[in-house]
Amino acid sequence: MSKRLGAQTVALPSRPGILAWASTAGQKEKEGPYGEKFDSIIPDELNGQQSFEGAERAMLEETIVRCAQKANKALGDIQMLLCGDLLNQIISAGFAARNLGIPFYGLYGACSTMAESLSIGGMIADGGFADAMVCATCSHFCTAERQYRAPLELGNQRTPTAQWTVTGAGAVMLAGGEQARHAGAVLTHATCGRVIDLGISDANNMGAAMAPAGCDTLANHFRDTNRGFDDYDLVVTGDLGHLGRDLLIELLKERKITVREDKLFDCGCHIFDARQDAHSGGSGCGCAASMLCAHLLPEVASGRLGRILFMATGALLSPTTTMQGESIPGVAHAVVIEHEGGKRR
Amino acid sequence: MKKSKQAYAELVKKLSPKSDMAKGVWRAFAVGGLICVIGQVINDVFSYGLKWGTQSAATATSICLVFLSALLTGLGVYDRIGKYAGAGSIVPITGFANATVAPAMEFRREGLVMGIGAKIFTLSGPVLVYGIGSSILVGLIAALVEVIG
Amino acid sequence: MSMMLMYIKAFVVGGILCAIGQVLILKTQLTSARILVGYVTTGVILGALGIYKPLVDFAGAGATVPLLGFGYSLARGSLEAVREIGVLGAFTGGITATAGGISAALFFGYLAAILFKPKMKA
Repeated sequence: MSKRLGAQTVALPSRPGILAWASTAGQKEKEGPYGEKFDSIIPDELNGQQSFEGAERAMLEETIVRCAQKANKALGDIQMLLCGDLLNQIISAGFAARNLGIPFYGLYGACSTMAESLSIGGMIADGGFADAMVCATCSHFCTAERQYRAPLELGNQRTPTAQWTVTGAGAVMLAGGEQARHAGAVLTHATCGRVIDLGISDANNMGAAMAPAGCDTLANHFRDTNRGFDDYDLVVTGDLGHLGRDLLIELLKERKITVREDKLFDCGCHIFDARQDAHSGGSGCGCAASMLCAHLLPEVASGRLGRILFMATGALLSPTTTMQGESIPGVAHAVVIEHEGGKRR
Repeated sequence: MKKSKQAYAELVKKLSPKSDMAKGVWRAFAVGGLICVIGQVINDVFSYGLKWGTQSAATATSICLVFLSALLTGLGVYDRIGKYAGAGSIVPITGFANATVAPAMEFRREGLVMGIGAKIFTLSGPVLVYGIGSSILVGLIAALVEVIG
Repeated sequence: MSMMLMYIKAFVVGGILCAIGQVLILKTQLTSARILVGYVTTGVILGALGIYKPLVDFAGAGATVPLLGFGYSLARGSLEAVREIGVLGAFTGGITATAGGISAALFFGYLAAILFKPKMKA
C-alpha cells in the first residue's frame, strides 16, 4: 500500500505512538490562561544562566530530559533528536544536543518546527528506522528580540499586529514498532508544506505573512485526505495570532472550504489573554510546542479530543532579508494526531 | 496560490486592527513637551543659577539630559516611558541617548570590545552619519559661496 | 513670570514636534531610526537656512531638545567654523558643536552597559 496520498501528504500506517511529552514556559506564560498546565516554569528570563541564549538552551535541555523521564527511558535509549529553534545556526538545539549526547538532526522551520519535527519523526518511525525519538523545539522572548527586533531597553512602541515571542519549550517522545503499543496518542498523517509568499514585508506582521502558507497546507491536506473541518475535533494552528487567524478564515472561504471557526484553535491566540497586552498574540516555536505538550496532547491521550490536526506555521525571514527589502515567505507543516483506540468517541 | 499580492494586501489592510491615533499623539505631545520643559529648567539652572554663558549652558543641558536618559535606560524605566509615549520619548535628545545605551547594554554579553564597543552606535549611528554628514555638506556649500561671492 | 511663559512655550513647541513624529510613526511604515534621520537632517537644513533660529529664540528648549535642535546645532557649528577658519571648518564645526551630547552618550552608555543588565520587557 503506498503511503503517499496526493501531492503533499503521507499516511503513517503503523501509527507511530506518542509515549510522553514535556513542556516548560516562562513567567508571562504562567500568568496566561494555560499557566497551570505547563510542567515547569523557569524562574526568570536568565534561568540561572549567564546569558539569554544560555537560558533558552538550559530550558530546552531540561524539557527533553523530563520527557525522557516521563517515558521511563534513559537518554542513552533515545535514538534520534529532531530539534530546531529560532536562533542563528539553531544554537539552542545544537548545543543542547551536545550536552545530552543524543544523535541529532538539526531542523529549521522557524515557528513551524514542532510540526516539522513531528512530521519527519513520524516518517522515520513509520519507516522502521528508529523506534525511540524525541522531537523538540523552543523559543525565548529575549533571544528573539535580540536577534530579530530591538534591544530590550529600547523605548520603542510595538504595533497592533506585533506578536509576543513565547518563552517556552516542548518535547515529544515518538515511538515506532512495539514501543508504540503503550501510547495514548498516535500520529496518522503528515502534510509537508510549500513555501508561500504573498508579498507581506512588515516584520511586525508575522500573522499576515504566514496565513497564506497555513491556508495552502490546510487546503492541500484536506484535498489529499478527502477530509474537512468536520473530520477533526480541533484544527490547531501554531502562532497565527488574532489577525493571522482572521486572515486564514477568509483565505479558506475564498477557496470554497467550509470553515468551522469554533474548531480553529490558534495557540498564539490562547497562550496569553487580553490583559497581558500581547497585541496580536503569542508567537515562536515554543508557542505551538509548549501548548501542544501542556494542553493538547493530554486532551488527546485521555480521549477528550479524538482527532486533531496540528499545523504550525513559520516565517522564513531573517533581519538581513528584511533590511534588503525582501518580503516574508511562510511555510506550514501539519500532522494528524489521534487518540489511540481508533476514531473519535 | 491564485490570490494576487495586491488583493491580499488589501485584505490584510481591511482586517488589521487600527491603532488609536488620537491617544498616541496626545501622549507623545505631553511627554515630549515635558522632557523639553525639564531641559529648559536645567538650562536655566546653568544660565541663571551658575551664570554660565549661553553656549556652555546649552552643552551642559545636553549632557545632563543624556545622563538622565542613560540612567533611566539602565534602570529599565526608559523602555516603559517609550511604550507609553512613542515619539515623545524618541524625538528628544533623550531618545538618541536611549538608542545608544540600549544596544550597549544588550550586547555586553559579547564582550567589551566587539560587544559594547562595536554595537553601541548600532541604532544611533545613522543619526550621527546623516547629521554630521549633512552639516559638512552645508559647511562646504557655505565655503564655496564665500569663494564665489 | 517670563520664566513661566518660557516653560509653557517650551512645552507646547516641544510637544508639537514630538506629536508630528508620532503621526509619522503611525501613518507611515517608517522605522523610528529613519524618522530620526529625517528629523536631524531637516534640522540641519532649516538651521543652515536661518529658519530654525527664530523658533529657538521663541521656545528655547522646546526647539533645542528635539532632534531638530541637534541638527540646528550641527549646522550652526559648521557655518560658524567656516566663517572663522574657512573650508576646514566644514569638517570640524558641526561635530565640535555637538561633541558634548555625543561624548556623553558614548560615555554614559558604556557605563550603563557595565553597571546594569537588560531586563525582560514589562
